[in-house]
Amino acid sequence: MAGPATDSGSSAESTYRSARIPLLVPTWVMIGVFLVLPVALMAVYSFLTKEMRGGVIWEFSLAAYDQFFVNRGLFGDEPASLEWTYINVFARSIAQAGIATVLCLLIGFPTAWFIATRPPETRGVWLFLITVPYWVNLLIRTVSLRFLIRENGPLNDALMGAGVISQPLALINTDFAVQLGLFYSYLPFMVLPVYAAVERYNFTWSEAAADLYASRWVVLREIVLPIVKPGIIAGCLLVFIPSLGAFLAPNLLGGAKSFMIGSLIDEQFKKSLGNWPFGAAVSMILMSLVLILLLLYARSTARQERP
Amino acid sequence: MKLLFTTTSALCLLASAAAAEGTLSVYHWFEYMPQELVDKFTAETGIAVTIDTYDSNEAMLASLKAGKLGQYDVAVPADFMVAIMGASGMLDTFTAEEMTNIANIAPQWLDVPFDQGRKSSIPYQWGSTSFAVNRDVYKGDISSLGIIFNPPDELKGKINVLDSQNEVLILGSLYLGIPQCSTDRDQLRALSEMLVNAKQHWASFGSDTAKDVMVSGDAAAGMIYNGFAAKARAEGANVEYSYPKEGHVLWMDNMVLLKDAPNRDNAIKFMNFLLEPENAAAVTNYAAYTSGVLGVEPFLDEAIRTSPENNPPADATPGVFAQVCDDETQALYDAIWINLKK
Repeated sequence: MAGPATDSGSSAESTYRSARIPLLVPTWVMIGVFLVLPVALMAVYSFLTKEMRGGVIWEFSLAAYDQFFVNRGLFGDEPASLEWTYINVFARSIAQAGIATVLCLLIGFPTAWFIATRPPETRGVWLFLITVPYWVNLLIRTVSLRFLIRENGPLNDALMGAGVISQPLALINTDFAVQLGLFYSYLPFMVLPVYAAVERYNFTWSEAAADLYASRWVVLREIVLPIVKPGIIAGCLLVFIPSLGAFLAPNLLGGAKSFMIGSLIDEQFKKSLGNWPFGAAVSMILMSLVLILLLLYARSTARQERP
Repeated sequence: MKLLFTTTSALCLLASAAAAEGTLSVYHWFEYMPQELVDKFTAETGIAVTIDTYDSNEAMLASLKAGKLGQYDVAVPADFMVAIMGASGMLDTFTAEEMTNIANIAPQWLDVPFDQGRKSSIPYQWGSTSFAVNRDVYKGDISSLGIIFNPPDELKGKINVLDSQNEVLILGSLYLGIPQCSTDRDQLRALSEMLVNAKQHWASFGSDTAKDVMVSGDAAAGMIYNGFAAKARAEGANVEYSYPKEGHVLWMDNMVLLKDAPNRDNAIKFMNFLLEPENAAAVTNYAAYTSGVLGVEPFLDEAIRTSPENNPPADATPGVFAQVCDDETQALYDAIWINLKK
């Protein structure tokens, strides 16, 4: 640290040291205004008393968390027991998001592999084609999917016309429709990170392994997967996390018959339930879950990077 | 110096003339005001109108509570929401002298319980909520709410229900003959059980989509607003709107003068403008509901004026307005709704 360079004042290090605070200010402002402040606001609101039909009363209360975890019956005077309603909503959302993630991985990984194995000059075109549908607004894409899979829609018409099925498939307003919608919405979030990982893979390693009598399956499991694993995990997180809070697909494709995490929160702010502290509490619980997931991911990558 | 002063004051005058024409900020439902009508108002008064939209009474209330009060001049809440907003001091009042067209309000809409004597609000449109059935699919009797809550086999799994707590719970209560804002435990349990049991026959919950699913055939029956049913019929679906024997929900949307309106005078001008029969009729022709203004008939489209959706049969059971329950009772109804959608 100390030495002639510091005294001369011309080294990069000292230049940056004097400019350190001004250079860091944009980052602090970004994190403060767009991350810490909203989350802190949400945390505070989740501990306030609800005002009927929206709004809060500035009095400390645990009622929101109590409502989430404790069941006292419809009239609130039965002995307290664990409330399953909201845990089930979370479980259902996690299952939907999980299935959508698996679908994305099953389609996304071969797609990314295909693109990464094209000649370098054509890869850009393939990536471009992947992103084209996503220039269209998510709402419009979801509504269009609804039109496609409805009972009298083109998909059923085509299948029936081809004689594959005799009765229209009941796709719309099912869980599968929701998973399909989530899969379609978030597929590029899987393809792009996996592609980035596969592109860096040195294909001569596969040949080397084959020379050593490794079967194709062993090459995939022992050589390829460990190397592209960070890309796969990143892709899975990028699909899974937004799917958890999604409410367009559940509402438009699933028929909104049962709450998902997203629609449960939406209902607290925009619809008749009007319970802001509870909406904030559900958001906090969701965020804690996601945070735990990310911490586990960070730990697993950190372990990998250690020599 | 004198020249400079004169020029400046002239410029000030010009500026204030422009400001006097000024602007108007409207907070309104989506697809509820024909653009030609807004243009007509701007052409007549020189006032530029900006409209932001919302998709539920509660969303509007939440947004105003979250700090938008003072940015908008007028909004269009439903009857019960006028009462809620009035009780929480979010409305300004006007005098009968200011509202020069107040005499145009139909007498039965003047002394309404949610705004006695019309001091903060004017009628915008009113209508009813019950259900409609696709007659190609089901030809039987549709005079009972049982079509939704205990459907015949042909309609099972093909029913859309409004994604709106108020409407679903009130229609359910009417079906069971339970009063609104009941605190009777047996009645509330019966309501909750009946709804949970009926849900297995429903295909979807949706309010914005209530008309589209009837037109596309995704739903063969659905809870719906009368204007939406009329529009579905106009778009070619063979749907019939029912005025069920158990009763139906009545509602009225009202334009209210918001507290701290930045352009209060322009808001009054706009409200008077909407009370002109010709302009009220223009809204009705667009939205297919009914205006609460006298003398609109000559300006109405024939199809709207005579539509079965807007003209209940003389022997129809009268509709009911949503009541505002007290907080404790409302919490019970909230719990029933959560239980239904969990």
